[in-house]
Amino acid sequence: MSSVIAPTPDGVDQYFWDGVARKQFLLQQCSACGALRQPPAPMCAECNALEWETREASGRATVYSWIVSHHPTEPDAAPRIIAVLDLEEGVRFVTNLVECTLEDVRFGLPVELTWVEYPSMNREAPQILPQFRPAPSRD
Amino acid sequence: MARSLHDQASIVGIGQTEFSKNSGRSELQLAAEASLAAIRDAGLAPSDIDGMATFTLDSSDELLLMRALGIQEVNYWSRAPFGGAGANTTIMQAAAAVASGAAKHMLVWRAFNERSGHRFGQPQDPGTTVGWNWYLPFGLDTPAKIYSLTFQRYMDRYGFTNEDFGHYPVVARKHAATNPAAWFYERPITLQDHQDSRWIVEPILRLLDCCQESDGGVALVITTPERAKDLAKPPVAIRGIVDSQLIHGHVMFNYYQDDLSRYEENYRAANRLWEMTGLGPADMQVATLYENFSPIVFMQLEGYGFCEPGESVDFVKEGHIELGGQIPVNPHGGLLGEAYIHGVNNILEGVRQIRGEAANQVEGAEHALVAGGRGGMVLGKA
Repeated sequence: MSSVIAPTPDGVDQYFWDGVARKQFLLQQCSACGALRQPPAPMCAECNALEWETREASGRATVYSWIVSHHPTEPDAAPRIIAVLDLEEGVRFVTNLVECTLEDVRFGLPVELTWVEYPSMNREAPQILPQFRPAPSRD
Repeated sequence: MARSLHDQASIVGIGQTEFSKNSGRSELQLAAEASLAAIRDAGLAPSDIDGMATFTLDSSDELLLMRALGIQEVNYWSRAPFGGAGANTTIMQAAAAVASGAAKHMLVWRAFNERSGHRFGQPQDPGTTVGWNWYLPFGLDTPAKIYSLTFQRYMDRYGFTNEDFGHYPVVARKHAATNPAAWFYERPITLQDHQDSRWIVEPILRLLDCCQESDGGVALVITTPERAKDLAKPPVAIRGIVDSQLIHGHVMFNYYQDDLSRYEENYRAANRLWEMTGLGPADMQVATLYENFSPIVFMQLEGYGFCEPGESVDFVKEGHIELGGQIPVNPHGGLLGEAYIHGVNNILEGVRQIRGEAANQVEGAEHALVAGGRGGMVLGKA
């Protein structure tokens, strides 16, 4: 399994990584107008309110774009698929696709949240990350 | 009439060091050598320089460069944020400075040991900058990967393949092959060479789609059209210059706007530029287009209106961007063929084309588009 870079939370994204540690996938939402913002910001660009809260995402999404990540000059332990997703809530999120191969991926593919623990490159403790896998057909 | 940067500034001097993979000297020395060459090219002395602009990423500070060159007093300085888009922005800052009277003679430089020192193509260090937490843990850690998530959407929408994009590197290396200043001088490639090179980002970019990592320095001197008349070289007019940076951009690219297959900043910059100059793509005889990676050339050919959306691959395959074609692109070999000096070397090529002193001179070059996607300028004979 690849080792991953653990985040260094800053004042703006601390809520997200606190949520990840509890396996909660949180989006930032304006308390005044309800607009979601991902990545987060200290102020709402829609109404300029400073107050915000978090909302747990459904974990359902579709694939918008994707690549296979190789190290530019060194052999990879296991190349990862990186994808931009359209979350069901209407915001984009960059993550990895797991339990599938490059050939399985297409624009609009329905995917669902899963949690995976990886060895960390820069911390002693392992790092849990929100990952996405092809969703079972809902027919 | 609305005020703008239409015909308000001219490029009067250009200078550069050799382009290499190991310069053997400091970035400050590269900056000083390139700057002195540009100042002398203009027929000026360092003491004539009273304004300076570069990238926030440049390691040479203004005071140390003043001490090296003998610039006595600076009355205006500024820096452009982020990466290669800064190439256009520094020139725009310099043009605005001389047009407003804040400075008389602006020096713009960019110099680095980007191969022998800090390599841009290597993965970003953990936790370096605010915002990277959204990308680094997921393995999105190099410019090639970051840009490819946008390129993928463009490819998917129009059915383009990596082999389609390979037609640009072949042109860039063909042009570089006859430019003695280019790192890849006399080293052209074939489409098969491109297809045989290793994946950097599957299925988007192979090694030969990527710009070089280079050591070197380049510089320009900018002044008003009035002062430009009295200097050593035929002045090159900045007919217009624009930038377009849109909301929702984040760190290095904008995944958060509606349609990533459309380079929206590029379309907006193009509209502003053509409106400002009263010119259009058909008025350009040559273009230098910033290309960290080959797909961005195709997107810009569409964005600046040389062909319709989705038609760029056919346009390139038909030979229109080669020397002798409808709109020769990067006749010096560009950032793939000549060197990667953060895009600023592409601006120097635009100046040489208008002066008529380029290694691969386009005959009758009256206007050159010099563009970096979300920003660009039109250069013309003064």
